[in-house]
Amino acid sequence: MLLGPALGLSALLFAIGVGGVLLRRNAIVIFMCVELMLNAVNLSFIALAQQLGPQGQVIVFFVMAVAAAEAAVGLAVILAVYRHQESVNLQDLNLLRG
Amino acid sequence: MVTVSFWVLAALATAAALLCVTRRSPVASALWLVVTMFGLAGIYVLLDAQFIAAIQILVYAGAIMVLFLFVIMLLNLGQGQRPDMRGWVGRGVALLFGAGLLVQLGVVARIVRAEGFGPLTAAYPLPPGELSRMQADQGVVGMLADPLFRQYLVPFEITSVLLLAAVVGAVVLAKRKI
Repeated sequence: MLLGPALGLSALLFAIGVGGVLLRRNAIVIFMCVELMLNAVNLSFIALAQQLGPQGQVIVFFVMAVAAAEAAVGLAVILAVYRHQESVNLQDLNLLRG
Repeated sequence: MVTVSFWVLAALATAAALLCVTRRSPVASALWLVVTMFGLAGIYVLLDAQFIAAIQILVYAGAIMVLFLFVIMLLNLGQGQRPDMRGWVGRGVALLFGAGLLVQLGVVARIVRAEGFGPLTAAYPLPPGELSRMQADQGVVGMLADPLFRQYLVPFEITSVLLLAAVVGAVVLAKRKI
């Protein structure tokens, strides 16, 4: 059975995504790392669906719908911030710093 | 055969994910993320989720990543960017957190190897191979549609409201003047 290796790969991809969020400063790349983490979670849902029934695949379906909505709204926010600041680098977004 | 394909696809997905995180150009990052998603779609096929694999390629690798590339090119973030990696302290913190997660994974893997999946194995409602039998019975889409439109009908309808709100929100945010 591939359950153990699939869960391991899922955890590895999630760790890479977390590392990417902490490593990068470009807002769009950080957003892509979040998508990577969502994909890792989807993989563990599908691996467990093989043992526990097709409901896990339904949840993946919902996760994808929410991810699509999140990508649309998030990229619109990044566009609005870029129009304001001329940058998507998180270092330049320091309006709240005293 | 299935195991060999799984490990090949897993290595591909992991390598592409690492490259996605470490490439300097956002365009290169996005393209490596597409490679990761294709690898994951192949793994989904091996795990008896053919419909989800198709959706993964259509929605994730197709729609969402095209949206990302559109925004990257709209904002002209291709070559000639100053590097956006954090300094050495930030890299250390990122490595620490990533490695911490991996250590937790290793601990879980050791427990699993020692004791099996424990309570999870006791709760298995499906014998091995049952999912592919259900697929042969009801069809790949039918197996997914039955719980989606019976057990999860209300969440499905709420998802449509969420998508409508996201469409309106994206237009409101991205438009200069409403």
